[in-house]
Parts: sequence; structure tokens; C-alpha cells
Amino acid sequence: MSKGARGSLLGIEHLDVKEITGLLQLARRMNPLKPHPLLKGKRVLLLFYEPSTRTRSSFEIAAKSMGAMTTLVLSSGSSIEKGESLLDTAYTLRAVGADVMVIRHPSAGAPLLMASHLDVPVINAGDGMHEHPSQALLDAYTILRHKKKLNGLQVAILGDIYHSRVARSAIHLLSKFGAHITLCGPPEFLPELATCLAPGLHITRTAEEAVRGVDVIMVLRVQKERLAGTKIRLQDYIARYQMTLARLKLAKRDAMVMHPGPIIRGLEITWEVADCPQSAIVEEVRNGVPVRMAILAKALGKAK
Amino acid sequence: MTSDKSKTGSLLIKGGNLIDPAAKIDAVMDLLLRDGHVAEVALPNKIRGGVDANFDARGLVVAPGFIDLHVHLREPGQSYKETIATGTAAAAAGGFTSVCCMPNTSPVVDSQEWVAWIQQPQRGAVVNVFPVAAATQASKGAVLTDFRGLQRAGAVAVSDDGKPILNETIMRETLRLAAEINLPVIQHAEDTRLTENCSMNESTTSFRLGLRGMTTAAEATVVDRDVQLAQQFTGARLHVAHLSTADALKAVRRGKRGKARVTCEITPHHFTLTDADIGEYNTYCKMNPPLRSAGDREALLVALADGTVDAIATDHAPHATHEKIIEFEKALFGIIGLETALGLAITRLHREHKIPLARIVELLTAGPARVVDLRGRGTLARGSYADVTIFDPKRRWTYEAAKSRSKSRNTPFDGWQLTGKVVATIVGGKIAHRAG
Repeated sequence: MSKGARGSLLGIEHLDVKEITGLLQLARRMNPLKPHPLLKGKRVLLLFYEPSTRTRSSFEIAAKSMGAMTTLVLSSGSSIEKGESLLDTAYTLRAVGADVMVIRHPSAGAPLLMASHLDVPVINAGDGMHEHPSQALLDAYTILRHKKKLNGLQVAILGDIYHSRVARSAIHLLSKFGAHITLCGPPEFLPELATCLAPGLHITRTAEEAVRGVDVIMVLRVQKERLAGTKIRLQDYIARYQMTLARLKLAKRDAMVMHPGPIIRGLEITWEVADCPQSAIVEEVRNGVPVRMAILAKALGKAK
Repeated sequence: MTSDKSKTGSLLIKGGNLIDPAAKIDAVMDLLLRDGHVAEVALPNKIRGGVDANFDARGLVVAPGFIDLHVHLREPGQSYKETIATGTAAAAAGGFTSVCCMPNTSPVVDSQEWVAWIQQPQRGAVVNVFPVAAATQASKGAVLTDFRGLQRAGAVAVSDDGKPILNETIMRETLRLAAEINLPVIQHAEDTRLTENCSMNESTTSFRLGLRGMTTAAEATVVDRDVQLAQQFTGARLHVAHLSTADALKAVRRGKRGKARVTCEITPHHFTLTDADIGEYNTYCKMNPPLRSAGDREALLVALADGTVDAIATDHAPHATHEKIIEFEKALFGIIGLETALGLAITRLHREHKIPLARIVELLTAGPARVVDLRGRGTLARGSYADVTIFDPKRRWTYEAAKSRSKSRNTPFDGWQLTGKVVATIVGGKIAHRAG
């Protein structure tokens, strides 16, 4: 399969440090509060097969603040419900004049499939358990607003890593830049296989050990229904892995707490931690807009 | 024997390297076919008398016709993927003179009527077709089919292929009743309770791609249980379909030391590829059982060489483009394989792994013939059926899926350079395929 049209963003794994740095630098020059018609006349198709609040709205606002038109197609209420295949939907949306497609899909690899059959760039807004590249980029962007560089940074990632596309993209990105990453969670959510994602990954089953002395703590959402499929009891998970103030104190004094959202307060994270001064959770969402402006500008060849 | 087959005349195949493992022959010999049977096997230029036609086989291997224990011909009901006519044309092109077709069609082949229907001349088969019938009604794993009736109608084995028999009581009854009439039971070994929503082998590749992985235990535990069940009945015959893991091989080896008859087959794609070949979601590498690790493949290569494995079977599984060029997790399992089996066997097993040609021929002929008791096939002993495969073990060629005789194109081997090519396929004394 081809890699898709120029400007496509399908994942972090196959990007190099230079490409990532380029996107982050471009994002720094984007200001959503000062509209600039960089993408005037361009049509951005948002194709969402899964629910989304943050990703969808920030891609839409990113596109509009650069003067692009956006059209949102959801799997419910469209021909997708009637059984139209992904590729046929893609051809249809290309035919109505899409200049770039942003797709979220429950199947890993769906954006790549689409990209390899289209002549316009495709942006992966999350595919199954595979990748969520724009989230990883906005996380890196957020970290770099507080820390000088990613190289040498101590990062702990806690929670359901197995099911998490956010984790996969973040691990790829941070490790490419030389961050030291510790993964933490029960074996059901964090199989030993996870170390294959990048060289030098460290696994621990103890939250205290994971966060001790780190610069960044990334907490992942835990879905109750996924706990139900395992031997883990909700109360045990909370007791062992919940991000609490006590655990936060083990990290560096200026450690950042991050979470891709939606957060489930009282499950993977306490109220106090989510709202504490070290929490970057709301800032991550805010930073999603300039980062996605950069992604769209690059996709449409408008990156200068 | 039908009357038209008995009047095929005579054909003298001269000067070929005749490899007939069942008869322990591996030498330059002449072979005379007459009226659908092998009339004579003799040293070069010793066969006297007139013949209708000659075939110069110098430099070529002359082998018993290949037998594929595991193909999906998709009829009845799914002729948009394949028909018995197109599937057997692909078989002939790949050197197979006999194929055993699986019953997971639409409807499922669980009655004598459908077993007979498959074998009707109107289907247009160009090689011998031996139906495998469902072991349970509609392959639902609940009510056993009429084994005796199915066998009488021509079924050579029973299987719920694709839908493994997980219920222990049902599997025990299947093995017990089939043993009474000496009928092999073919099991697709997969504990589907452990593989729900899985689309590949559990591995670093599956983790990286974010795909749910099937564990090797999901196969091995079923093989292990089946081997134990088979041991309970004298004469029980368990055949493990498309075995793919090192752990399942251990269970088969245990079974072979016991009193039951345990046999197994391995596909060319499992001895050629690993799950890493999925790369970036290549659905042509999505099959069930899935491609496994390099370690598992190594174990399969050892077992192919040391005699543990009884047959190479293709699991030829044609699918239409719209069923394969879709999201990986949605894509159907399986690939076509009839035309590439010999080339892959010679390229991978013989040339790379030094498995003797005679052993490869055994895995394609005498081995599978024994598994399902195809008497008079899988050998070129005098009096056998005149099913012959002639191939050039040194010829290099490129497989072009677009030119496949199959209706479908779902193969990861498109454009592969292979060594070893079928030159002629003779079924019942008649040439069914001849390479251009």
C-alpha cells in the first residue's frame, strides 16, 4: 500500500524527528485568535465513525480559523449506516470536492487504507487501538511550553496502554526525541509485549515506582467495561493505579500531569489532581487548536 | 471408474525422474498410462508396443498427482468467489489432480444430497473432487450429521472447518462414531472463546498495529484436547487442519505415539511467511490460523522435514476484492493458494531448507492420500489411477495473480519469483493442464 498523498498524517511511528519538529514549530506560529485566511476556499472533510468532543471540535475550529470550509460526516445519519464501505464513502467525499480528509475510525489502519486509495491527504484523528498522532503532537507541544526539551525527560504513562492509541502515538513520539519512558499498569492493560514499541521502554506494576522523580505523568482513561472483561476489580485498580495527590508528591516538584481526556474523575485520577496547578489537562485541549492548524496547513501545502 | 475415463487411450511419459515415495522410487523411469490407469513403470526404453502419445519428460520430475486436503471451492452458494470449475482449473494449474473441498459453503454441505451435488459432472470439475462433509448440522456444533450416509455419498472426511467443535461431548461423539466407519475427523483447531475480535497472531506486530491477537494457546489447547479424546477410541482418526504453532506440533507428536491415528497438514503460507509480513495492514496476509512468529515457522519447517507432518495443504480460500481490500479487522480470512504451492515448497523447503524433493513429493501425494484413504492415488504403482504431475524443479517463474485460474486474486504472492513449476497435470490419463 502506498503511504498516501503528500501531507497525510497517518501516524507518528513512521515520522522522523525533523518532520515532527517542523510541525511543532509551525504550530507555534499559529494563533487561533487571529484569523488568517491561509486555507481560504479549501474544503476540509471531517469523517467521524466514533464519538469525539475534543478532536472533532478542535479540527473544525482549526480549519475555520484559517478560512477553510468544513463538512462533518458522521457514521450515524449517513450512507455509512446503509452499509456503504469505507472506500466508497471516501470516493464519494472526494467527488464532492474534499481537499483533505480527517478521519476517526474504530478500525486500526482505516486511515492508511483510505489514504492509499485517494489523491488527497488523509489525517488520522484516531484509528482503533493504533495511533492518534495529533494528540501526541499536541502533548509534545504542551510539554515543550513548560520544559526546555524532550530529550532526557522522565515520563510515566499510567493506565490502559493496551487499548490506547494515545499511548502508542505518545510512546513513539517521546522516544524518538530521547525521553525516558516508564509504562505502568496491570498486565491486562500492559502486556510485556508493549516494550516492543520503542527501545528502552521500562515497565512497572507499581504506580509509586512509575512516578517517582518524573517530569511528566500521563494518565490514560480507564473504561469500566474493559475492567469488566478482566480479573481486575474496580476498587483494586483505583487503589493501585489511581493518580492521587500522594502519588503526585513522589514526582518532581514541577512535574506536569497530563490526560488526553475524557477524564473519569474518581477512577484513574482524583478531582484534586485533575484540578491542581500542575495539571495541564485543560491546556492540552487548548493547544489542540494551533497544533491541528499546523497539521491542516501542512496537509494543504500551505506551511511556510 | 466411469466409462469415458476408461477410454483415454495410452500415454508414454519418457525419461523423467520418477519420484513415487509410496513405492520408494526415485529414479529415471518411463511411465505408461493406459485407459485411466498406470499400466507400467519401467527402466528407460524398456516399454515396448505402440502407444497413442508420448511425453518427453527428460529433465523433469514425474510424480503422482498432487492431492490437496484442504480447499474452499465456494459452491454451493458463493460462486462470486469461486466455482468448482474455476477452483479445479486453478488446482490443475498448480499440479493438483485431487482436491478435498470443505463444507463451509452456503448452505453448509451437511447432507448426502449436497455431497452428491458437488460431484455431479455439471459442476465442470477438471480434477477429482472429494467432498468433506460437515460433522454437525449446519456446522453449528450441536447435532451430528449422518456420517454413514455422507460417507456412502462420497464424503472422505467430516469437519466443521472454520467453526471448530469446541464442545467436548460433541467432539468425543464425532470421533467415536467416525471411528466405527473409519472416517477421518478434520478439526480446525481454534478455541474461538479466546480469539473473539482477533485478526492476527498475538505478537509485537499486533501490539504495534493495535490489533487484537490470537494466542498460540488458542490452537494448541484444542489440538491437545482432541488428541486426548481420540486416544479413547480404537481406530479414531483425527486430522489437524492447517496446523500453525510449535505447541500444537508437540500435541500431534504425542498423539502419533499413542493408539489413535493423528495426522496433520501445514499450508505453504505458514511455512513461508510470518506475522511480520503483515507490515502495515496487508490484508492478503490475514488468514486463520494467522501467520505466526518466526519461531513457530521454524518448528513447522523441522516438522515438515522430520516426518511429523503428513501433508502440505493449501487452504485455498478465495474471496472477492470487496471482502479483502477493506479495513484489516473487517477483511475476511484466507488466501488463494493452489497455483503457488509447489513453487513455494520447492523455493522454501527444498532450496532454502534442503528438504529432499522426494519428501516434498510425499507431502503432496502419498501423505495426503493416506490421511483420507484415497486408494489408488498418491502413487504411481501399477494399477493406480493415471493421475500424474510433471514439474520442472529448476524452472524459475514469476507468479502473476492477475492470470490466476481462480476467480479471486487474494494472494500475498503476486509478483513473487519462485523456483519449481508445473509442466503438465494429468488426471485419469488425460492432460488437464499444460504449461505454455
